[in-house]
Amino acid sequence: MASQVFISLNEVRKQFSAADRPVLECVTANIYGGRITGLVGPDGAGKTTLMRLMAGLLEPTQGRIKVAGYDTVGQVSSVHTIVSYMPQRFGLYEDLTVMENLHLYADLRGVVGKHRQETFERLLAFTGLRPFTSRLAGKLSGGMKQKLGLACALIHRPLVLLLDEPSVGVDPVSRRELWKMVNELVDEGTAVIWSTAYMDEAQRCDEVLLLNEGKLLYQGKPEDLIRQVEGQTFIVETTEDSRRQLLAKALEQPDILDAVIQGRKVRLILKTPTAVPPALGTNVQARPTSPRFEYAFMVLLSGIPKTRISNVTSHIFQKLHEAGTATRDVVVEARDLTKRFGSFTAVDQVSFTVRRGEIFGLLGPNGAGKSTIFKMMCGLLRPTSGKAEVAGVDLTMAPAKARERLGYMAQRFSLYSDLSVHQNLEFFGGVYGLKGRRLQKTIHRMIEEFELAPFINSNAGDLPLGFKQRLAMACAIMHEPQVLFLDEPTSGVDPITRREFWIRINAMVDQGMTIIVTTHFLDEAEYCDRIAMIYQGRIIATGTPDDLKRSIQSENLPEPTLEDAFIEMIQRHERYELEVA
Amino acid sequence: MGQNLTGESQYVDVQPQRSRLRCIWGLVRKETYQMLRDPSSVGIGIVLPLLLLFLFAYAVSLDVRNIELAVVCEDNSPIVNRLLASFQNNKYFMVHVARDRREVQDALIGGRLSGVLVIPADFASRVERRSLSPLQLLVRGSDVSTASLVQNYVQGVLRNWLIQEGLNAGQRNSGEIVRIESRVWFNQESETRAALLPGSIAVIMTLIGTLLTALVVAREWERGTMEALLATPITRGDIVLSKFIPYFILGMLAMELVVAVSTLGLGVPLRGSLWVLTMVSATFLCSALGLGLLISSVTRNQFVASQVSLIVGYLPAIILSGLVFEIDSMPRLIRYLTYVMPPRYFVSVLRTLFLAGNVWQVIVPNTVVLLVFAAFFLTVTIRKTKMNLE
Repeated sequence: MASQVFISLNEVRKQFSAADRPVLECVTANIYGGRITGLVGPDGAGKTTLMRLMAGLLEPTQGRIKVAGYDTVGQVSSVHTIVSYMPQRFGLYEDLTVMENLHLYADLRGVVGKHRQETFERLLAFTGLRPFTSRLAGKLSGGMKQKLGLACALIHRPLVLLLDEPSVGVDPVSRRELWKMVNELVDEGTAVIWSTAYMDEAQRCDEVLLLNEGKLLYQGKPEDLIRQVEGQTFIVETTEDSRRQLLAKALEQPDILDAVIQGRKVRLILKTPTAVPPALGTNVQARPTSPRFEYAFMVLLSGIPKTRISNVTSHIFQKLHEAGTATRDVVVEARDLTKRFGSFTAVDQVSFTVRRGEIFGLLGPNGAGKSTIFKMMCGLLRPTSGKAEVAGVDLTMAPAKARERLGYMAQRFSLYSDLSVHQNLEFFGGVYGLKGRRLQKTIHRMIEEFELAPFINSNAGDLPLGFKQRLAMACAIMHEPQVLFLDEPTSGVDPITRREFWIRINAMVDQGMTIIVTTHFLDEAEYCDRIAMIYQGRIIATGTPDDLKRSIQSENLPEPTLEDAFIEMIQRHERYELEVA
Repeated sequence: MGQNLTGESQYVDVQPQRSRLRCIWGLVRKETYQMLRDPSSVGIGIVLPLLLLFLFAYAVSLDVRNIELAVVCEDNSPIVNRLLASFQNNKYFMVHVARDRREVQDALIGGRLSGVLVIPADFASRVERRSLSPLQLLVRGSDVSTASLVQNYVQGVLRNWLIQEGLNAGQRNSGEIVRIESRVWFNQESETRAALLPGSIAVIMTLIGTLLTALVVAREWERGTMEALLATPITRGDIVLSKFIPYFILGMLAMELVVAVSTLGLGVPLRGSLWVLTMVSATFLCSALGLGLLISSVTRNQFVASQVSLIVGYLPAIILSGLVFEIDSMPRLIRYLTYVMPPRYFVSVLRTLFLAGNVWQVIVPNTVVLLVFAAFFLTVTIRKTKMNLE
C-alpha cells in the first residue's frame, strides 16, 4: 500500500495566455501514498498552479493528471470526493466559528449522524482546538487557523491531501505540530503533498518535487539530492577579517559557487567536491560540513552569475577607504517602547540599542509585534509610552527630523509601478528634499551603483523582481541615511535574488550603514550581527546568532539551528510565564 | 494502524453517501450566519430600505413649495392690492413686492427668484373696463420643471382671484376665463408620495437582489473560500441555490417591511391584493438575484461587482423604470432601452396594485415579462458559474 502511485503527472504543461511564459512546462512525476511529497520551489515557481491542477480546479493546457486513476478533467467530481485541498489562505470562513466551519465541511462531505460526532471529537482532540470551538475563525492565531483548515480538510478520509504552503504565517512551534499531525496521516497511507518555499522544510519530506520557473529540476528523496553535493560544502572561520569581508573574498573565488554567512562563520559551496577548500587568507580555518537542501538547490541553479557578484563587491572595496573607520557609537535606541491598541498591548516595554555598522534583526512569528516596533522606530506610529531615538533624534519629539536620517524599505517595495525607474528616483529624491544638480548627481550615482541603466525608462511595475528590489533600495538610500529599515525585504523573492540582496546589504554595512531588518526566514537571520527574538510583544532573547544557538546546545542537539533556538526560547518563555502565574 | 483518524481501517469505498439536500442546507446555514453577522448585509437589507423609504416619503418631492415670486405692482389701486394679497396668502408663494421690474430682474437671473409677475400700470383700469387685461409672468426657462410649475401655480391663483373678484364685485361677468377648466392640483405632494413609495420597492429589491448578492459571491472569490468550496464535491446548482435562498428570503422580508411601513405608517393605499403583490415581487426578485449572481461570478471582485451592479441594476431601477421620470417623455432611444429593464415592468405593476387595484390587464402581461427575465438571468447564471479557477 505504501508504494502505490496515487497521482501521476504526465507531461503537464500550463499556460494561462498565449502571450505569457508557461507557468508549468512538461512536468512528469509520480506521487505515492503513505509519503509526504514536498513541492518545493521559490515563489513564482508554479507550486500553487500545480496544486490547483491536482485538485481539479485548473485544467492542464497539455498533458494529463490522474488522481487514483481518475482524470482531473474528465472525472473531476470523482477527484473531488477523494482529494482534500487546503488552499494557501486556508479557505476558512473567518466570520464563522470553529464549530460552524467544521459543520459546513461535514455537510459538504456528507459526514452524518454518529460518525459525524465521532469525527468532530477526534479532530478537535487531534488539533487541540477543543477549547476554541465557539471562537470565530478570524480571531484564531495563524497556527490555529492552519490546524482548523487541516481539520476541515480531514472531515472525510481523503486519499490525497493537498496542502498549499501550510507553514506560511505560522510560528515555528505550530509548524512543528503541523508536521507531527501530517506524519500521523501518512502512517495511515494518505498521500500528502506539502508545498513550501522554505528549503529547510524540504529536508523533512519523504520525497520532493523541486520546481523552479515552471520546470521540474529534481524528483526523488531529498537525501539523494543533498548527497550529490557532498564534499562540496565547508565552513570557514577567520580571526583576521570580519565575516563580511570573508564572505566577499569567498564570492570572488571562481571555484566557489555560493557562500552564506552563518553566525560568525561563512559557509561555502564549491563547484566540485574537493578535500581542501581554496585558501581565503592566512588565518582562515576551514572544515567540511554536512550539506543542506538549500545548497543542493543552489548547485542545481548553478549559483549566482559571477558577473553579478563582482560588480557588487567591487563597489564595496571602492567605498571602504572612504568610510572605513566608522565609530561604533549607538545610533538607534528603543527604551521601554510600548504600544497599546485599546486593551490589547501589541508591544510591551521593548528596549534595545543598535550600534553603527551593525545589522540588527527583529525575528518573530506573524503578529508578534515586529511591524509595530518597526513603525514606531520609523516615526510612522506614535508609541503609547517609552522612547525611540534614531541618530540622536527623538522620534516622538521630532519625527520629521529623525526621518531625514533614516531610510525605509516597505514590505512590498512601495514603488510607483506606473512611473519609470528614473521618475521613481526623481520622485523619492524630491521627497527627501534633493534638488537641481545634487538630485541629478544622486540619481546618476544610484543608477550606476544598482546597475539600473538598462531599465531606466521602463515602468517600475514591469521590472524583474530583483531589479524592483534594487530600485526600492536605491529610493530608500538616496538621501544618504544613517540607518536603513528593511521590513521583510526578501519575502516572495527567489534564493538567487536573496543572495544578491544580502551581498549588497553587507557592502553597505561595511560602508558604515546601520541596518535594522525584520524577517521570518530564520536562516536569513544568520546575516544579522545581533538578533532580538520577539514573541507576544516582548523581546524574549537578544544576542548574536551564535550566542542564541549556543545557549540551547546539548548532547542531543550538537548543532542547533536558529529555528531550534527560537522554539526553545518560546517554550522557556512560556514555562517562565506559567511559573510566574 | 494504532490511532486512526477517521475510524475506518480500510478505504474500500471512497464515495461518501453525499446527499445534495444536506449539502445545500449546510451552505444555506453558513450563508445565513454570515449574513446575520455582517453589518453590511443588515445595512443593505434593513437600514437602507427604511432610509430610502423615508427619503422618498419626505425628502424627495416633485412639488415646489415656497416659490420665490416677485410681484411688480406698477399701480397701487385696490384691485391690484387684492390680487397681491391673494398671492401673499397662498402657502406656495413667498412674495416679494416691487415697484419696478428693474429692481428684481437681477434676482431672477441670479436664481434667487423663481418668477416675476408684472402687474402693469393700466391693469386696474382695463379690468374696470372689462377689456383684456394682460399680466406679464417672467420665469426662468433654465429650470424647466420649476418654470412650468410656477406658470401653473400663478394661473391657478389668478383664476381663484378672478372668481373671487367676480363674486365680490356684484356678479360682474368674467365668465369666459372661469370656464377654462385647466385646474392645477394643489395637493400634488400626497400624489407624489403615493406614486413614489410603491416604486421604491423596486429600488430596494434591486439593492438586495443585485448589489448585496453580487458583493457576497465576489467576497468568496476574494477571500479564497470559493477555492476551498470548489475542491469539495459540490455542484453548480448547489452553489447558486445556496446563495439564492437566503437572499431571496431577506429580499422578501424587506419587501413586506416596506409595504407595512408605507401602508400603515405613511398612509399609502394598497388597493390591490397583498398576495398578488408578493407573488409579483418574488418574480422580480428572482431576476434581480440572477443578475447579481451573474455579475459576481463574472467579476470575482467586490469593487468591480459593486460598480457594475450600481450601473446595471440600481440606476436603471431609479432612472429608467418610470419611477422618477416619465417613460413617455423620454427620448425615443432611451424609451426603447427601458424595455430591457425589468424594473420598468415591476414599477408599473407596483403602481397599479397600490393605486388602482388588481387590474389584470396591467398585471398579467408585465408579470409574464418579469418571469421571462428571471428565467433568463438564472439560466445564464447557472451556465456562467464556473466550477474551476480557469
